[in-house]
Amino acid sequence: MSETVSADEIKARHPHLEHEVGRQPMIEIRRMNKWYGEFHVLRDINLTVHQGERIVICGPSGSGKSTMIRCINRLEEHQRGTIIVDGVELTHDVKNIEKVRREVGMVFQHFNLFPHLTVLENCCLAPIWVRKEPRHEAEARAMHYLERVRIPEQAKKYPGQLSGGQQQRVAIARSLCMQPRIMLFDEPTSALDPEMIKEVLDTMVQLAEEGMTMLCVTHEMGFAKTVADRVIFMDQGQIVEENNPHDFFNNPRNERTQLFLSQILAH
Amino acid sequence: MADPDRFTPLPAQAPPSSSAGPLAWVRANLLSSPLNVAMTLGVLYLLVSIVPGIIDWAILKATVSGDGPNACDATEGACWTFIRLRFDFFIYGFYPEPERWRVDVVLGLLLLVVGPQFLSRFPGKKWIGLFGLTAFPLIVAMLLMGGLFGLPEVETGKWGGLMLTLVLSYVGIVAALPIGVALALGRRSTMPVIRAICVIFIEIWRGVPLISVLFMASVMLPLFLPEGVNFDKLLRALIGIIMFQSAYMAEVVRGGLQGIPKGQYEAADALGLGYWKGMGLVILPQALKMVIPGIVNTFIALFKDTTLVLIIGLLDVLATVQASIVDPAWGNVATEGYLFAAFCFWVFCFGMSRYSQSLERKLHTGHKR
Ligand SMILES: Nc1ncnc2c1ncn2[C@@H]1O[C@H](COP(=O)(O)OP(=O)(O)OP(=O)(O)O)[C@@H](O)[C@H]1O
Ligand SMILES: [Mg+2]
Repeated sequence: MSETVSADEIKARHPHLEHEVGRQPMIEIRRMNKWYGEFHVLRDINLTVHQGERIVICGPSGSGKSTMIRCINRLEEHQRGTIIVDGVELTHDVKNIEKVRREVGMVFQHFNLFPHLTVLENCCLAPIWVRKEPRHEAEARAMHYLERVRIPEQAKKYPGQLSGGQQQRVAIARSLCMQPRIMLFDEPTSALDPEMIKEVLDTMVQLAEEGMTMLCVTHEMGFAKTVADRVIFMDQGQIVEENNPHDFFNNPRNERTQLFLSQILAH
Repeated sequence: MADPDRFTPLPAQAPPSSSAGPLAWVRANLLSSPLNVAMTLGVLYLLVSIVPGIIDWAILKATVSGDGPNACDATEGACWTFIRLRFDFFIYGFYPEPERWRVDVVLGLLLLVVGPQFLSRFPGKKWIGLFGLTAFPLIVAMLLMGGLFGLPEVETGKWGGLMLTLVLSYVGIVAALPIGVALALGRRSTMPVIRAICVIFIEIWRGVPLISVLFMASVMLPLFLPEGVNFDKLLRALIGIIMFQSAYMAEVVRGGLQGIPKGQYEAADALGLGYWKGMGLVILPQALKMVIPGIVNTFIALFKDTTLVLIIGLLDVLATVQASIVDPAWGNVATEGYLFAAFCFWVFCFGMSRYSQSLERKLHTGHKR
């Protein structure tokens, strides 16, 4: 954490963060457990996320943050408990998995753009092939989102020709093109150079302002303080603490949280 | 970024003559160290002592004219008359003379299908390519075999020469790639039964020499088939070649699939593309592109391996050459014959190699992350 964007800075640039939180649960995780062979990665995870809520998940390396959010779009399979996303339960049923993935967008730490396709093609691929949209419509929407992440001029380039920050913004636009109702972010800024972190965080803040339901694994505490409705702390496969950002940062109850925060904020 | 006030660098000047031009090139590449000087001199000596002899033999003292073996009686150089007079046999084998126009049509079509693929821009290039992979082989089969539309039938036993070589390799290449891709996907499948079938198939075919595959296809298979069931020898050889080469192809493609980062699969999944679309649109295009050199290598090997059909009595271009040079009337024309055969193979293999290079360049989309 060489440089984090401070809460004040974000607030200055985005003065009116609306906290309009609906009451309908978008994600419901109940007593979810997961093992990798013998290794118990996730223990009794309970989490309810309502529409429009912004959740930030943090915790030490190896605590299972990635694994948990990857269970939400079934990139990982859970063994016990239930996960219900937008009213659809995740089971072995492929139809359900497809339905959920259509509603859930994901942004990865290493972008995972498709290097053989241009930026525009990256954005249009799923809308055309999964949602069966006509090409011109898909391209128009792609350009719209590329403008929102402020890189429309890169549409004809290949991912390999862009900077890390630009690639990550393309990845966000690509997810948005599927018009998801939920966005998952797995450490979207931790593979980026400090000067690029800001541009990606700005995009995420903008998304939050528009009321997107978001789950972000991130160590950007500035982002957590301004944008999050709730901060979740995980350790050794468990949710150890869950609180609003103010209380989470100012008086953490659990000692593991205190230790973690003291380490991460010491820099 | 087109700001008029921005600094624009002056165009670079031409380098000083001491660092460019042929002389500088010679100095930098041929005479840069004592070892280099020695090697350059050595190679020069070899060239001087060999090349004039070759030119003498192949061009200056060679004979091309004449209409029989006697034409070459007095020559010390190459007897190209032999190649000229036997040319039709080398190209068509025993294909009956009045029907050879059909082969010519096929060769012309082949040129029309393959030619545009070498050009960087050609209208409808993709569709021509698709036609070449699907309908074209069927049209060729109908034309060459006949028996339809009033075309007299020509049994495959009469096919031969370069035409047979091309048929075997074209069909082998067109069929081995998709089967190889399917086998590679199957071998990485999560379904144990499919995976086991693919592994067994690949390992069996890869573990057997092609010569014994062909031999079994032609000699042993008929013994196991019930009386009266008998299918074409050429078809059996083709199936043998396809099975054998698709096993190799499968492993080449699998190498490519393994080189694709896990994140690509995950991104495709997360976008909801599902297995087939994810494979077809995201993974395979990248994997195949990565292993183009390996794929073309397999194709070239396949092209040259087709000569092995000699063992089951099919005469490819090399076999027609061999059959001709033993003709005592011609004397010793082995060198000319083999040179011709080698040239035929080299032209096609070199063409494939060039094509693969241009394809690689075309598909290059900047550095990977
Ligand atoms: N495919 C796997 N097989 C076995 N163990 C795994 C696998 N993937 C992750 N793990 C283990 O599960 C644990 C949780 O991993 P996870 O990636 O969810 O951690 P994380 O909290 O995201 O850590 P980080 O902050 O480093 O990304 C780790 O101890 C890891 O070693
Ligand atoms: Mg992680």
